[in-house]
Amino acid sequence: MTMPLMRPPRKNPVLRTRQMNLPPGARGRVALGLTAAAAEGRFELQTCEDCGTVQYPPREVCHKCLSASLRWRAQSGEGELLGSTTLHHSNDLFFRERLPWRLGLVHLDAGPTLMVHLHGEVGDAPTRVRVGARLDRAGQAVLIGFPNEGSAHMADDKMLREMTSDPKFRKALVTDGKTETGQAIVRALVKAGADIVWVGHAEPWKKMGDGLDDISALPQVTLVPLDLTNGRQVTELAGSIGGKVDIVINNAEVHRTFGIGARRGTDVAKAEMDINYFGLLRLAQEFGPALKGRSADGATGATAWVNLLSIYALSNFPPHGTFSASKAAAHSLAQCLRAEMRPAGIRVINVFPGPIDDEWNQHTPPPKLAPTALANAIVKALRDGVEDVYPGDVAQEWLERWRDNPKVLERELAAGG
Amino acid sequence: MTTTTELMSAAEILGGLVTAMASGRIRVIDLTQTLTPEFPQIALPPEMGQCWPFRIEEVSKYDERGPGWYWNNFSCGEHTGTHFDAPIHWISGRDLPNNSVDTIPVQNFVAPACVIDCSADVQGNDDYLLSVVDIERYEAAHGRIPKGAWVLMRTDWSKRSDPKAYQNFDETGQHTPGPSTEAVRFLVEQRDVLGFGSEAIGTDAGQGYHLRPPYPCHYYMHGAGRYGLQCLSNLDLLPPAGAVLICPPLKIEKGSGSPLRVLALVGASA
Amino acid sequence: MTRNRLSYEGVAVAVPITVPYVRYSTHTAHWFIGQAVQALVEASGVAKEEIDGLCLSSFSLAPDTAVGVTQHLGLSPRWLDHVPTGGASGVMCLRRAARAVQAGDADIVACVGADTNHVDSFRQTLGSFSNFARDASYPYGSGGPNSIFAFITANYMRTYGAKREDFGRICVDQRTNALGNPNAMFKKGLTLDEYMAARPISDPIHLFDCVMPCAGADAFLVMSEERARDLGLAHAVIRGAIERHNAYAEDPVMVQGGWRKDRDDLYAQAGVQPAALDFVQTYDDYPVIVMMQFEDLGFCEKGEGSAFVQSHTMTFDGSFPNNTSGGQLSAGQAGAAGGFLGMVEAIRQLTDQAGPRAVPDAQLGLVAGFGMVTYDRCLCTGAVILGRPA
Repeated sequence: MTMPLMRPPRKNPVLRTRQMNLPPGARGRVALGLTAAAAEGRFELQTCEDCGTVQYPPREVCHKCLSASLRWRAQSGEGELLGSTTLHHSNDLFFRERLPWRLGLVHLDAGPTLMVHLHGEVGDAPTRVRVGARLDRAGQAVLIGFPNEGSAHMADDKMLREMTSDPKFRKALVTDGKTETGQAIVRALVKAGADIVWVGHAEPWKKMGDGLDDISALPQVTLVPLDLTNGRQVTELAGSIGGKVDIVINNAEVHRTFGIGARRGTDVAKAEMDINYFGLLRLAQEFGPALKGRSADGATGATAWVNLLSIYALSNFPPHGTFSASKAAAHSLAQCLRAEMRPAGIRVINVFPGPIDDEWNQHTPPPKLAPTALANAIVKALRDGVEDVYPGDVAQEWLERWRDNPKVLERELAAGG
Repeated sequence: MTTTTELMSAAEILGGLVTAMASGRIRVIDLTQTLTPEFPQIALPPEMGQCWPFRIEEVSKYDERGPGWYWNNFSCGEHTGTHFDAPIHWISGRDLPNNSVDTIPVQNFVAPACVIDCSADVQGNDDYLLSVVDIERYEAAHGRIPKGAWVLMRTDWSKRSDPKAYQNFDETGQHTPGPSTEAVRFLVEQRDVLGFGSEAIGTDAGQGYHLRPPYPCHYYMHGAGRYGLQCLSNLDLLPPAGAVLICPPLKIEKGSGSPLRVLALVGASA
Repeated sequence: MTRNRLSYEGVAVAVPITVPYVRYSTHTAHWFIGQAVQALVEASGVAKEEIDGLCLSSFSLAPDTAVGVTQHLGLSPRWLDHVPTGGASGVMCLRRAARAVQAGDADIVACVGADTNHVDSFRQTLGSFSNFARDASYPYGSGGPNSIFAFITANYMRTYGAKREDFGRICVDQRTNALGNPNAMFKKGLTLDEYMAARPISDPIHLFDCVMPCAGADAFLVMSEERARDLGLAHAVIRGAIERHNAYAEDPVMVQGGWRKDRDDLYAQAGVQPAALDFVQTYDDYPVIVMMQFEDLGFCEKGEGSAFVQSHTMTFDGSFPNNTSGGQLSAGQAGAAGGFLGMVEAIRQLTDQAGPRAVPDAQLGLVAGFGMVTYDRCLCTGAVILGRPA
């Protein structure tokens, strides 16, 4: 049984804040295939297309028949625990700081023998386990032995919490609470057990319905002025709450429905870029450093940065052409952010929804993503420690087409979808 | 009527003004709101093009970006903050001669101001419209509005420091005071004024869209080649008559307006 | 097995050298190699210029290579090999050097295993030890091979009913042997109680199951028997030798080593049965592997290791002398020199240079090699039987 996570006591402010030492992050190119799959929540191993042998550790040619036709395939992870051990000593700083730490040796039904981190609820050998892949604090895939039947609190396992960004007992910033999506995200965070949710809102003199009033009535919610186009305001807010934010969720966006020719002038495109791209830049410059400095600050320290992008970031959707371009720019910058957050072990989660069921997608036929579904996908990604999320049917289908042949997708979108 | 100044030389008039300002007998009042990112800007429906709010970004501040100096880059619209409207700003003034900020004759940037006090009327009525009756009452007390003078509507609206209260939006739109159609036409046609000034976000009332024609102050003033001033403050420090306004906008090529510093020269006891 | 292998007759193994082990050193591996070669020269009377073959094993040469060492030391060999296979390198260097001498490709081969140990060497070597270690074991914080051998030990205990006490016997007897080795890092005796009470590292591996990394070198010369006699050098001869890599890859976890596959060949070459051996120098990175070598080299059946150690004394003067210099567990592991430790001790035993720890009437001994944990097991195994000259 996993001990449920208790609310941590208040921090002693005169003590130095522990910094992050990352677990070993080097991987060969082929081994990064594990990371690419784990980034989306999948456990994959290479399978030989010619003889079917499953390979581990990752390699260039089949160890059975020498074929170079190795393909990454999803695994069930079912296997037998051959042995377990508890580390009481490690030369590696990450593990040294977190001893004792449990490891296991698993014989996968599919063939290979795996060294894994072991969930606390897995018993001693011999026993059945289910292996999954998660991203560790260095952002690299590691294998984990899970029990076949987990308890209600299994997510609170100390080892598993190092791989995830559970909002429970944490403090979050949602940059725009004036949209339905923003309000849904706030509600989902509160439901997931967040202690405080700071909710940003711009142009306080512009009222867009009662949604903001409704969520500001929640006891966990504090409204804060936040206009991502106003650099001074972002700096001031970071100065005031930045040192306490554990999860940043940047959902602020401007979405208009123009390509190039449909509207003269660059002011609309500039407004999109000023929030969708430069807003992210300002926010990251101001909130990034404090977030990084607290990434190892106790059991509920700083942990993640979520960017609401769009599936249109992958391939331009011409009817929303300038919006697509701004999301593509934001995507590129979010990759930069991921690289800069990596030394601190902060997870950057990029969310690529298809069209959301809001006013700017009024002309888009269904299926459209409900704001609550998007919010739930974000909380799930935080809990599962996944870093690239494509919520909804349209996003999934678009992603498949883009991966299959991006040029073909470009042509299809130019022809209307 | 011959006055003393008609017998003095220009040098004596200007010299006298300088002396009076040095001794404090003539004071300078600032009628301008500070340009900050928090100051609200005019908001149109989302489908329309928008006026940029004021934004400012440091270039360097005695740091690695510039060790010995501090400076900023800023951006805003022509109609951000305390600003001047030129006739070219409105469709009714588009074809008039000298109608942009760079071509308006510069002597028009120094002119007398008449301040009509509606502050009591605005209490409890955010949509108050300045009427012809208000103008007649003003003239009965302070004399006829001279040709070529600014008419400023004092409402103390500038004392609303909370942007929400300043903009005063609800589901039916914005609610700020302004002039009625009749008042505007009277000022233009009967008094040949230089322009209209307001403490609120626009020269027209917040519900001006629903007047006939929509936005009558813009329509008639600019249609007659006159000007507008918005987001003024400290009108309560001006005398009802006799202040001299100095308000030159930026010399923007074909500009429709610009943020500017509006100053008033007043006597010591005003 | 189709062809008969060439015997190793006519080859002499002589001049066992140890450059004393130290815990940490600011010198590079080259210093220890240089010290070893100088000692070989002084002890053998062979001039440096006459050494025309060099076989090196070292993990701390980088960015240099074995060839760089020839220039560094002023050697000009006509035969050169670098065999950085850790615990198997002594056996593997000997096999290669012996063939070179037999073929006439070299007359006098210096075999040197050497490594330095800086304060952070251990961690640095691990991080980039192999592709698979980098990708599949180092990320799990295992702190080296400890957790892998913890799995192997735990699995062995569960499968065959071995107890920690059984492994403790191996360690205790080796410590007794070490007390007669002036070069051993550990100078104090070890009791079974102390072994059992030691702190856990990665259970069931505890402190005294682990070797102590250090800096040092071990070396020997390989030449023809004729040359050895001309030089008046006491020497041993090679009765048989085997080598195997990546054996039993299908075993999900290691329960047997490559020696098992080739031991019949080894004993056939030597023309003896296991019982004829007077001592063994097993490779002791962990006691469970020592126990497996007892089984896989034919001293008892698979799974009978516990019973074997309970019924034998493994001190130099006991019924089954094992690791008579103390092994790595008591002498220390000087990197790749660990693969040479058993070899130089075997040569000493067979040339009456083993001092107070001499095995009475030692005629025939076996040296086993085991090395290169790249992921979840060691890949190299090897063994050689040495004897006194006829």
